Amino acid sequence: MTAPASYPGLNLLDSDDAANNETEVMVFGFWVFLMSDLVMFGLFFATYVTMSDNLAFGPGPRQLFDLASVGWQTACLLVSSFAMGMGSLALKYDGARSRQLLMWLGVAGVLAAAFLFLELRDFSHMATLGGVPSRSGFLSAYYGLVGLHGVHITFGLLWLAFMMTKIAATPPDHPVKTQVLRLALYWHFLGLVWVGIFSVVFLTGVA
Amino acid sequence: MTHPIFGALTLSDLPFAAFIADPSVTEGVAAGAQVIVFLAIFAILAVLTRYRLWGPMYRDWLCSVDHKKVGIMYMVVGVVMMARGVIEGAVMRANQMTALDGGGMLSPDHVGQLFSTHGTIMIFFVAVPLVFGLINYVLPLQLGARDMAFPVMNQISLGLTAAGAVLIMISLVVGEFGTGGWTAYPPYTSRLFSPGTGTDYWIWSVLIAGVGSTLSAFNFAVTIYKKRAPGMKMMAMPIFCWTVLCSSITLIFAMPPITVSTIMLAADRYLGFHFFTNDLGGEVMNYANLFWMFGHPEVYILILPCYGIFAEVVSNFSAKRLYGYVSLVIATMAIAVLSFSVWLHHFFTMGQGVNVNIAFGVATMAIAIPTGVKLYDWMGTMFRGRVRLSTPMVYLFGFYLLFVFGGLTGVILANPTIDYQVHNSMFLVAHFHNVLIPGVLFGVLAGLHYWFPKAFGFRLAERPGRITAVLWVIGFSLTFVPLYWVGLMGLPRRAASFANPDYVPWLIWSAVGAAVILAAVGSLLWTIWTSVVHRKDLATPIGDPWDGRTLEWSVSAPPPAYNFVTIPTVAGRDPFAAAKAAGVAYAPNPVYADITAPAPTVVGFIICVISGVFGFAMVWQVWWLAALCALGIVGSVMWLGWRKPRTVVTTAEQVKQIDAPWRQAALAGPGVDRGLEFTSANRGLAAPDMVQDA
Repeated sequence: MTAPASYPGLNLLDSDDAANNETEVMVFGFWVFLMSDLVMFGLFFATYVTMSDNLAFGPGPRQLFDLASVGWQTACLLVSSFAMGMGSLALKYDGARSRQLLMWLGVAGVLAAAFLFLELRDFSHMATLGGVPSRSGFLSAYYGLVGLHGVHITFGLLWLAFMMTKIAATPPDHPVKTQVLRLALYWHFLGLVWVGIFSVVFLTGVA
Repeated sequence: MTHPIFGALTLSDLPFAAFIADPSVTEGVAAGAQVIVFLAIFAILAVLTRYRLWGPMYRDWLCSVDHKKVGIMYMVVGVVMMARGVIEGAVMRANQMTALDGGGMLSPDHVGQLFSTHGTIMIFFVAVPLVFGLINYVLPLQLGARDMAFPVMNQISLGLTAAGAVLIMISLVVGEFGTGGWTAYPPYTSRLFSPGTGTDYWIWSVLIAGVGSTLSAFNFAVTIYKKRAPGMKMMAMPIFCWTVLCSSITLIFAMPPITVSTIMLAADRYLGFHFFTNDLGGEVMNYANLFWMFGHPEVYILILPCYGIFAEVVSNFSAKRLYGYVSLVIATMAIAVLSFSVWLHHFFTMGQGVNVNIAFGVATMAIAIPTGVKLYDWMGTMFRGRVRLSTPMVYLFGFYLLFVFGGLTGVILANPTIDYQVHNSMFLVAHFHNVLIPGVLFGVLAGLHYWFPKAFGFRLAERPGRITAVLWVIGFSLTFVPLYWVGLMGLPRRAASFANPDYVPWLIWSAVGAAVILAAVGSLLWTIWTSVVHRKDLATPIGDPWDGRTLEWSVSAPPPAYNFVTIPTVAGRDPFAAAKAAGVAYAPNPVYADITAPAPTVVGFIICVISGVFGFAMVWQVWWLAALCALGIVGSVMWLGWRKPRTVVTTAEQVKQIDAPWRQAALAGPGVDRGLEFTSANRGLAAPDMVQDA
């Protein structure tokens, strides 16, 4: 290690102390936000668990869930998280304007978009089987939890597109790098939440 | 189907329409309130125009990212909303006094709206802005920082809080508010049982302001963790900062539950979900749990900083180091942690079973222990101190008298078997007013008197201040102590009518008390007014009128925009007291350097307006407008991320021009003795005479 780590997460090599202090405040603040967001997901998880049996004679997990599709979604999201990790390394070692960074961010974005596409396809398939949120408490809680994650991914994609445009358009400066660091944290966080959803909602649902 | 352009809005929702259609007393009261709103708006517009204040208001206030100005604007929002909340309370007391056998002047629906708006306003739009305002103003100054960690986000937080407050004011003139109380329990608040748009006003004002509070909490916590002056270890922070830290941590964990429960309620109402419905597998109890996972910590979020204020006040006006600092820190943290283990006591009667109730009951009673530690520590601080009966101290004594009483009734309510008897009665109403008014409100008013000279450069007049404080104590006691009695006699809370004539004398006492509280609010405004008029006599420009101990007193009053010429280095607790004792306060000839600060920006105000319009559009189901506003908010945030953060530089020369005359005056002396503290000899320079050294 050449530079001492001054804040949790990936530390950039080429920044001075003042910039490091600034980054520390920004990244620490973002961790605090993620913590709060995690509480929000936790409450949706808890709600889902309390309501997962409230089928109200409607369709249940076995009729609605398509594990193969969910498996592909999981693969997409985890590889996307990996691509984001490679992007962060490119940012650290090759600078904010490198082609590698843009390429990895692009890969992460395409995979997340594929995830979203598959998820929406599942939703519409469920709807044809009568699995709409207004059908039962179980489905409300399901769409609440999975939908919240999907909305997070959507905003993440928006943020990603914004970051790529910004990196392509303006000279690389410290705030841009800090934004990429935070975007990466957000990305891995959503991957982690999805692992929870995969286990608690889908595996438990059809087990 | 709703109208494509106007949504659910119809002509009958416009101001005065209901009164014209039905000129009854109850509609007359509502129309009167609308007249007050319009007169107030007109008066503000007239003053701004007459004194050509539009430009200064925009440039110096709405665009400011200075934590001090943001703090003052929070206070203004809180005071304006308090005026409405207190008047509503007085109207309710007046109405209930006459409500025997349905004789009240207000219709039951109107009573429902009144207690719903009163509760929502007092918690979300009075207590929160007042407490956050003081925190915003004081926190960076006490930490020795130039601003919050995220100054622009701070401005946005204020904007979101203000947007929520405006939305709830709009509900007074356009359409109606919900009747589901400040807790908005479903299934009553579902579309099925509350078909109007009133509940939606509650949802969107709480949701929008809630996002603002969450962002504030991030800001406070990060500021405390990362922006302390060099050398200020955690255990050297002023006690107020500790209480703010505990409060912020609690907020970070407690805000998500209300965001989640409100989003779920909105999903039920707007999209036909079944989170909290009676049918198709909804779980109504989830709402009670989620809401109170927020609701109970919220009262500690509000009261912890007020404990901090009382601690600062008691140490300062006893001219003594705070007694038991470490135990106070531990007690504060203990309360913050315990606050998450008690939420269920809000619904002991909703069928959890005995053991669960016992666990939560015991946890609730346990909170009395750290609270007791605090009260004894403050007594220990006063012991053998040089105690001056300043206005903040009068509030503290009011707190001692009344809050202990309110806390003990809380311990009574924490016993599930007793709770079964008195839950949902006026006893409960008396209890929570008895902790919130002497706790939070007295704390805020003490803090207002204490820090006012710092913010504005002149003291608040002492005599009217003390009279106001005494009026509050008397008014509070008259209004709420009788409510314990009628509660024990069986009067349920929120009753629009009752049949037992024995309640009436007590309710008359309570209404008289409400009149005294109205007088106290008037007296508070008079205090501020008369102090402004006599500001030359009360001026304390040097900035240390009370012989203060912490860093905020070491700068001029009002402080310069950059707070500190050089960021102070701190060696221990009470650094300013130590500097004065060592004779090194106001060091001559500091090194002047350029100071960089974030540039003013209008983004917070823009987000305030857009989110307010968004809330209104969602309430009235004007989908096109809501979509437009949502795009606008996303666009504003993107613009914030896109722009290069602009800064303004105060050059060393400018800093010197501001600082040197003040420093010279401070060094010239002489300071005033504590005996002359409340006279016009007090120019804000203290001749230190503390009982114990720092």
